[in-house]
Amino acid sequence: MGDLSEFSLKYKLFLKAYPWRRIDPVPWAPLQKPLKDSRLALVSSAGLVLPGQNPFDESIRGGDYSVREIPSDTDVSTLIDTHRSDLYDHAGLRRDPNLAFPLDRLRELVQKKRIGSLNHRQLSYMGSITAPGRLVKKTAPRDVRRLVEDGVDAALLVPV
Amino acid sequence: MCNQTVGLLAAELERQGIATVSIQLLRSITEKVRPPRALYVPFDHGYPLNAPDAPTKQHAVIEAALRMLEDPDLQPPAIVDYEPEKKNN
Repeated sequence: MGDLSEFSLKYKLFLKAYPWRRIDPVPWAPLQKPLKDSRLALVSSAGLVLPGQNPFDESIRGGDYSVREIPSDTDVSTLIDTHRSDLYDHAGLRRDPNLAFPLDRLRELVQKKRIGSLNHRQLSYMGSITAPGRLVKKTAPRDVRRLVEDGVDAALLVPV
Repeated sequence: MCNQTVGLLAAELERQGIATVSIQLLRSITEKVRPPRALYVPFDHGYPLNAPDAPTKQHAVIEAALRMLEDPDLQPPAIVDYEPEKKNN
């Protein structure tokens, strides 16, 4: 669980040889106000899309680095799993997308006043990106600027 | 790959002033990539919030992540190991 042992030998060797991107220096933005007054955004790499949105494109070499915006009032059960990876069990996510896109849980936390509000849009990516240069240089800075403009204070990020 | 993608997105968010906490499923990769705040969970890939149709279990993971956002003593890069409570249903 949670380690390399759950993968095939071929993928374990790939993971060991892969040149992981080391974040250096590590940026640090402390929370500026209590969570009960903060606006939170959800960012997931589970490859979920809304009905009518284009699925993530498996044919893009190095991985699809585009984003899908998911409104905060979305019915979670309508989200569609388009993640291309066959390295994990998709059954849980397809049964309950909250498993990696916990919109219902976050709305409950707003009701309980544990967090101030949920941003009107959340960000959905497909995390199987072996060549993340375009994500780092293009998509992410643009997408994050939108969240800054939305007044987002904090983000919860969930891989799959 | 998902763990790295999330870490890189978290770094950009923090560069632009948004505090982040990232769920992580592979501790060895987390240590290499170094997202600013990482909650390492001992669950299989595909199950980052523990279990489907289990709001209590999902809330427990999210709460642990939110507490990292509120902890003034953490230093970057911060990794916290999540320990599931046996009584959660």
